[in-house]
Amino acid sequence: MKSCYAFLFWVLLFATGCSDDEQIKEKNPAPVVLDIPANFPEPVYDLAANPLTEEGIALGKMLFYDPALSRDNTISCGFCHQQPTAFTHHGHDVSHGIGDQLGRRNSLPVQNLLWYRNFFWDGGVHNLDLVPLNAISNPVEMDEETPNILRKLEGQQKYRDKFKAAFGSEEITSTRFLQSLTQFMATMVSANSRYDRYVRNEGMQLTSNELQGEILFRQHCASCHATDLFTDQSFRNNGFSSAEDMARDSGREEITLNPDDRGKFKVPSLRNVEYTAPYMHNGKLNTLQDVLNFYVTNVQVSPTLDPLLMQNEQPGISLTVDERSKIIDFLKTLTDEEFLSDRRFSEY
Amino acid sequence: MKILYSYLLLFLSLAIVACDDDDDPSTGGTGQITIEFDNRAGNDDLELLKEYVNGAGESFQISKLNYYISNISLTTTDGKVFIVPQDSSYFLIMEEEGESQHVHLRNVPSGNYNQISFTIGVDSLRSTMDISKRQGVLDPAQGHDGMYWTWNSGYIFFKMEGTSPAAPSDQDNKFYYHIGGYGGYETPALNNIRTTTLDMGSAVAQVRPEKNPQVHLHVDVLEFFSSPTSISIADHPLVMFSEYSTTVSANYVSMFKYHHVHN
Repeated sequence: MKSCYAFLFWVLLFATGCSDDEQIKEKNPAPVVLDIPANFPEPVYDLAANPLTEEGIALGKMLFYDPALSRDNTISCGFCHQQPTAFTHHGHDVSHGIGDQLGRRNSLPVQNLLWYRNFFWDGGVHNLDLVPLNAISNPVEMDEETPNILRKLEGQQKYRDKFKAAFGSEEITSTRFLQSLTQFMATMVSANSRYDRYVRNEGMQLTSNELQGEILFRQHCASCHATDLFTDQSFRNNGFSSAEDMARDSGREEITLNPDDRGKFKVPSLRNVEYTAPYMHNGKLNTLQDVLNFYVTNVQVSPTLDPLLMQNEQPGISLTVDERSKIIDFLKTLTDEEFLSDRRFSEY
Repeated sequence: MKILYSYLLLFLSLAIVACDDDDDPSTGGTGQITIEFDNRAGNDDLELLKEYVNGAGESFQISKLNYYISNISLTTTDGKVFIVPQDSSYFLIMEEEGESQHVHLRNVPSGNYNQISFTIGVDSLRSTMDISKRQGVLDPAQGHDGMYWTWNSGYIFFKMEGTSPAAPSDQDNKFYYHIGGYGGYETPALNNIRTTTLDMGSAVAQVRPEKNPQVHLHVDVLEFFSSPTSISIADHPLVMFSEYSTTVSANYVSMFKYHHVHN
């Protein structure tokens, strides 16, 4: 009889083994193919090195909204990158992080990051995978060390399960941690504004003011805010910083140590710009009217001022009040309501 | 039984090949070589938090000394170069971790080596590779005692910190040398990638399958402050991502010297 039980034990073990195998097979991460908008260039990030999967994206989203990424478990990525304002920090001119400390720069939107050659206002980070490390280690943002985060995650069954689902084993490595965050951010594509549907001939009409605004925009703004990403990704001094401002934050010069880069910052995308106030690298302007007025009347001359902003020895761009308002009408067609409320990106 | 014989035959033939190697090191077989990075202060073994005096007459104590060594190659007396496979040619030497100071190179072809070359730092190609190809001491997320700049993606190649009465009091009398810069990704930027070649003179490291020679290098912090440029802590108590870092990196190259070999 004993041997019969033993036999049964082995049969059961075998059966369990089988069902485990099947479960593992079922749990292969499901590949996700990202739709590249027809009016966008080719992405910069190499997704072949980090293939998107449903499980990887879901893990990345969980991490994006987890305050465990900060030293005292208070600040998540989503804290400074909020969906209704195109993943910027509404109401904050410069980043507001751990212990109510302030940084120097305005938080940038998290959108269309697959198309960027470098990141942050000064372009100091050259790969999307490395982007979270900057915020994590910044003493006035998350002030945490990744090895500590990984330890916090390892202590939670839900994360061990999610890492296993996404990468095949429970092992929580820094590479997997960063790759899953990239996967989530990779899906955050904003390309369905009224402008997009108009430019892709999807039956969307723009108003007469918006169309006139588009023409003015192409004439006066699009050499920097180029392509349908609305940035040429260059670094330029737009005349917004005073000498005093530049002494505090010299922008691109901090990365290249080249005095010709003094006061230069990345040309930001204008997608969803209606909702990404405040504006400029230090968040000093509150409305689009303020921004347009600045370009007309307040551009400050300095040795590194962009030559495009110095026409006929006059700084700035010449625009009538009516023209400014039409450009703003056009800029508002870049608002992608779907992106701003897409549940795939929402915290709750 | 047949199988047993063939194993025996294989074993014997391997043994014969190994024997042959002893007579002519240039043919076949591989061995191991260990390179020891012995941090020094002049004639003394470096001790953290012990007082030394630099060439500028400033007394100082070191609390931290870390540096990356990479892309090692070895040259034999007859000019054959062995390049350590790139994927296994990155090491982080830390004064606080004795084990890190012994770099073990395996699968080195038998030969009599008398020259060692390496980079102090991390080459630009590896610095910009996908993170999946940057594991272990190169993992940017692990930080490794803060040897990575997250705001300006790149490794800190060389880090030396300590205290000195010559360092400013508003800096708590601390000095900091954090040197990096691989040359910039798209735009040229600071380049502190430094390579050195150390000649062992008439000495040779005899690499054989059954031998593990140990090459002993001295890495002298006093040289850091004196050669080729005299660096004063008072004048430069904090050097990080700045032009002056190229002067510092030119100096730290001269810290590395061949001392002796155990065969």
